[in-house]
Amino acid sequence: MSANLSALFYLISGILFILALRGLSSPETSRQGNYFGIAGMVIAIIVTFLSVGNFGSGFVYVLLFLLIGGAVGAFIAFKIPMTAMPELVAGFHSLVGLAAVFVAISAFLKPEAFNLGVLGNIKLASLIEMSLGAAIGAITFSGSIIAFLKLRGIMSGAPITFKGQHFINLLLGLIILFLIYYLCRTQLSNVFWTLVIISFLVGVLLIIPIGGADMPVVISMLNSYSGWAAAGIGFTLENTALIITGALVGSSGAILSYIMCKGMNRSFFNVILGGWGATDQTINSKTKEQKPVKSGNADDAAFLMKNASSVIIVPGYGMAVAQAQHALREMVDSLKKNGVKVSYAIHPVAGRMPGHMNVLLAEANVPYDEVFELDEINNDFANCDVAYVIGANDVTNPVAKTDPQSPIFGMPVLDVEKSKSVLFVKRSLSPGYAGIDNDLFYRDNTLMLFADAKKMTEEIVKNL
Amino acid sequence: MEIDPFIFRLSIFILSIFVGYYVVWSVTPSLHTPLMSVTNAISSVIIVGAIIAALAGSSDNMFEKSNIFGFLAIILAAVNIFGGFLVTQRMLQMYKKKKK
Repeated sequence: MSANLSALFYLISGILFILALRGLSSPETSRQGNYFGIAGMVIAIIVTFLSVGNFGSGFVYVLLFLLIGGAVGAFIAFKIPMTAMPELVAGFHSLVGLAAVFVAISAFLKPEAFNLGVLGNIKLASLIEMSLGAAIGAITFSGSIIAFLKLRGIMSGAPITFKGQHFINLLLGLIILFLIYYLCRTQLSNVFWTLVIISFLVGVLLIIPIGGADMPVVISMLNSYSGWAAAGIGFTLENTALIITGALVGSSGAILSYIMCKGMNRSFFNVILGGWGATDQTINSKTKEQKPVKSGNADDAAFLMKNASSVIIVPGYGMAVAQAQHALREMVDSLKKNGVKVSYAIHPVAGRMPGHMNVLLAEANVPYDEVFELDEINNDFANCDVAYVIGANDVTNPVAKTDPQSPIFGMPVLDVEKSKSVLFVKRSLSPGYAGIDNDLFYRDNTLMLFADAKKMTEEIVKNL
Repeated sequence: MEIDPFIFRLSIFILSIFVGYYVVWSVTPSLHTPLMSVTNAISSVIIVGAIIAALAGSSDNMFEKSNIFGFLAIILAAVNIFGGFLVTQRMLQMYKKKKK
């Protein structure tokens, strides 16, 4: 296939990828969008085979490895529980990152296969592009591995910080830039390997200081990095499909990080530099005086909700941990039978990744038109009889609106306290991720339900 | 003076960033998780580079170092392509409207 023709086909597959993202603007069009994405991928792969034109034994091996990888991927996709989606996405990011590193290594070792010159005399622009692709890919890989381990619970979600951390990161960043410069001057393969290894190290160091509840930002950021890595490789290979895709994915991840940061009223750098809540231990212990708390049981909760005319459910990460989404749907079903109007309120940073709660509710067969974002539903709390907070904490804390001293001051929160009564399912009065006490626990209209989210919801269902 | 093809690629890149910016802002927040999994899947189009790398060189010496890295990258990207699109599909199937 001629280079011009294949370039046109790569352009088509790039456009199909744009349509795939475009489809996600509504659930109706989203499934069709996904097919566009698949079509784009199939076109890109077939065109590559045709333009390489090598259908010898190597081709058979390529198909074989493609099928092995595909089978593994399909197996994972069907087996993975929806609650494990954040770690799955982190794991997948690491694969893209590593694939980018491998392609860059391969291009460095055999530049003539990619029309980039010969080993030891690679075109300057190509060398810069491939080393950037390799460095970003390596950071994506090791960073995603750490994110995966933290999300999976293999590694503690607590931020790991040490003295001089930021200085070391800065230094390593400068070393990477210097190595790229030095590589361009000397074309030495040892410099290239060092570059890759240091980038792996940077990925680890970048993610370890970031705590569990900041994972939505981290995952989005790594998503963005995997895109930039792909774009870097795309420039090296002079491939339009890769360049377009890299730019799409890169900007998509960047926008998601921005939305997540805004949901916490924190700057991107504040999140990246890590360790939220770790510094507020002293304030925390001082406010730990005994304050009166009203607590109730499933019977009380069932009574309150049965006699309400409208109920708003506020789910958070705790719901995912307890796998309470199905029990929750059952509860809502019985409430609806009693003529209660029920809707769901989702905070942008609820859960461990963007849209995490929406997927879990969808899994439990909750229709998506009953689920609302913060801006859409926040005014409704004032007219609602019961707010049922299940597994959320910091995102409901009224302190964010009233106390300028608080670390979460200015963060957009759900106005849960405005509803006539608040049912707060939680195992204890312990503070949330931000390390601060939730003022909501001590309000007159709050009834604490001390229990596991799933058990409590199931018991309420029995009492309805 | 002729324009370097690099400038054309750079133009495509920058325009695509803008396209991405507007398209992603129009994605409904409830689909942000599928957005991440599908962007994951499409970024595996890096398999194009992996295939070129794997098939480079003569067929009697197919397992040179550069080819091996190509094959490894094919496996990784393939996991991602199949896994990414299928898991997205699985998620999107679950989004249903209220039964009227």
